[in-house]
Amino acid sequence: MLMSSSPVASQGFLLEALQIRKTFGQTEVLKGVDLQVKAGELVFLIGPSGSGKSTLLRCCNRLEEPTGGTLKLNGTDLLARSTDINEMRRKIGMVFQSFNLYPHLTVIGNVTLALRKVMKMPKAEADARAIENLKLVGMAEKALSYPSQLSGGQQQRVGIARSLALNPMMILMDEPTSALDPELVDSVLEVIKSLRDRGMTMVIASHEMNFARNAADRVVFLENGLVVESGTAEQIFTNAQHERTRQFLRQVRH
Amino acid sequence: MDMLIQEFFNFQVMARVWPMILAGLIQTALLCAVLIPIGIAGGIGTMLLATSSHRALRWPTILAIDFFRSFPPLVLIIFVYAGIPFLGLQVPALAAISVAFFLNASAYFGEIFRAGMKSVPKGQVEAARSTGMTAGQTFLYVTFPQAVRNVLPDLLSNTIELVKLTTLASVVSVPELLHSADLARSLTYNSSPLILAAGIYLLVLWPLVRIISRLEHRLR
Amino acid sequence: METWNRFVFTFFNADIAWRYWPTIVEGLWVTIAAGLLVVVTGVTCGMLLASLRTLGIRALNIPIILFVDIFRALPPLAIILVIFFGLPNVGIVLPSLVVLWTSLGAVLAAFSEEVFWAGITSVPPGQWMASRSTGMTFGQTLFHVILPQAVKLAIPPLTNRTISITKNLALGSAIGVNEILGQANSALSMSSNATPLTMGAFLYVLVFAPLILASRMLERRYQWGGH
Ligand SMILES: Nc1ncnc2c1ncn2[C@@H]1O[C@H](COP(=O)(O)OP(=O)(O)OP(=O)(O)O)[C@@H](O)[C@H]1O
Ligand SMILES: [Mg+2]
Repeated sequence: MLMSSSPVASQGFLLEALQIRKTFGQTEVLKGVDLQVKAGELVFLIGPSGSGKSTLLRCCNRLEEPTGGTLKLNGTDLLARSTDINEMRRKIGMVFQSFNLYPHLTVIGNVTLALRKVMKMPKAEADARAIENLKLVGMAEKALSYPSQLSGGQQQRVGIARSLALNPMMILMDEPTSALDPELVDSVLEVIKSLRDRGMTMVIASHEMNFARNAADRVVFLENGLVVESGTAEQIFTNAQHERTRQFLRQVRH
Repeated sequence: MDMLIQEFFNFQVMARVWPMILAGLIQTALLCAVLIPIGIAGGIGTMLLATSSHRALRWPTILAIDFFRSFPPLVLIIFVYAGIPFLGLQVPALAAISVAFFLNASAYFGEIFRAGMKSVPKGQVEAARSTGMTAGQTFLYVTFPQAVRNVLPDLLSNTIELVKLTTLASVVSVPELLHSADLARSLTYNSSPLILAAGIYLLVLWPLVRIISRLEHRLR
Repeated sequence: METWNRFVFTFFNADIAWRYWPTIVEGLWVTIAAGLLVVVTGVTCGMLLASLRTLGIRALNIPIILFVDIFRALPPLAIILVIFFGLPNVGIVLPSLVVLWTSLGAVLAAFSEEVFWAGITSVPPGQWMASRSTGMTFGQTLFHVILPQAVKLAIPPLTNRTISITKNLALGSAIGVNEILGQANSALSMSSNATPLTMGAFLYVLVFAPLILASRMLERRYQWGGH
């Protein structure tokens, strides 16, 4: 199911964001950032608070409108006028730090809403698809619960299932575990790892350095709206080229 | 267009009836100055009864609150003003609207104050009492001020409603602002006096409406 | 005893009640019909205006806010009199029931816009983002995600507002609408007895007391939380 949805564009990039700029009023938050992601890759976005990680992720599905640069998903220009951005957003899942589950809907209602309204799926089919994806994150038994009855870790897994159910080409995650109590973090990281093993393409902004080290294919270090350095997890964690990167990694480890 | 201006914004007519309107405005101001404090006092009294620990006080009060909240104030006014004279008692219009006002305002203010008191955490009373304050002092210095702050938008908004309610006095011929304006309309065969009165209500109440909107958004 | 008898004769006179009952019940139907009209149009318009305001278009928001502020500030009776006496002089003659309906409908629209807007703005922005990130359009997000949450927040204050505005239907008697109070008033002058007024008051309580109780129960339930 998941494998089939991942595109086969093995050469070339699935997501290609070049020279992305974003200004809020006077302040330039992104100053020309490149982010290129291959199919099946897990890219970790790290950097100090305020460096622009969240803004970059939100620019990738145009929840923030970039003020400059080019943005392509699997060859489709996301910034073109002719592109149906809602159709493209469906193909780019997003998982939020604060889960953002819809409190007035049950777990299964959360997962099926876009299936029914965006993909126009009949209810029975949407329900089946939702249960299937809730199983993947271990939340199928809670299908009829409301978000307020779940722990943070459970809510986040539902959040992942919600974007997974739309069969996205890739998923963006903005600090998916940083609102969680420490003992709940692992359940979510396990789900992320299983997605990776199934070939899902992901870009994750996170401070989980140990997890990054074990699971990331590539790590991008962002500071002040610019990419300072990017490379394999191995390169960045053991052999960073820039002093600033090493300094940051020392800080977050303690 | 000309016809509209002629009918609704005729400044000559407005100038001519201004003395009448002014007299009405003064009457309205007096009504508000007397009735609003009475209503607030009645509300506090009602709240004290409605939050009393004695069931025998609490339940009848809550019943009365709901009764007078489901009574249109105009019906109350007419009832007192037009009904009681059949008993052979003369009721001055002013007394009729004062009674109706008092009952209506006490019910609404009482309910607002009650919600305010409920929103103050129990720990506040315990903390105050633990420092040796009496129940009365605790109420006066600790819980009541917090209650008022918590329901400030509702209090203001109900005060506006009371000001608007004074227009009902016109139905029983108290010469307040709207009544004077309506009289002026029937004398001049022109609606400009009504617009003038509406303009005065707007001038006074609009700032309050804005303040409430601000307060409500700040509290959120 | 004498006074008591007189009191009963004046306010609870069975003969009079029997004679004027049909007249006053006629008023009851008018009140109920007008009330339903006011509530449905007022609340619907209020929700539409609040939804329009989410678009964030200045040229749209300014007139909406003006409308809302003005109809929140003006006394309903002043609005009713301006429409009832003013419009005929510029050639627009509306039946008094329509005047009552549009005036109170506009007032309720203004108040409910405010309540819905407050509800909409207190839905966390993450809800918009989550929904838009799944490809839902602005309209779908508003309709399926934001409004259901906003409406839930709006229901308790809206119920109270709706009740207190609908009670102004009694103002219709001032422009000759034959609702409960109007009917009671004319029965009063015909019978020279206050019993019709008692009946009118009783009917008003009969209509509104259940609503007041319902609003109390709603508030309770919402305080307890749940969904
Ligand atoms: N809507 C906005 N308006 C103005 N400034 C904004 C807005 N959103 C973000 N910023 C600013 O952009 C900068 C980058 O913010 P961003 O949230 O992308 O950082 P981040 O790397 O995700 O930080 P964190 O690790 O704290 O989440 C910050 O200085 C922030 O204040
Ligand atoms: Mg962030």
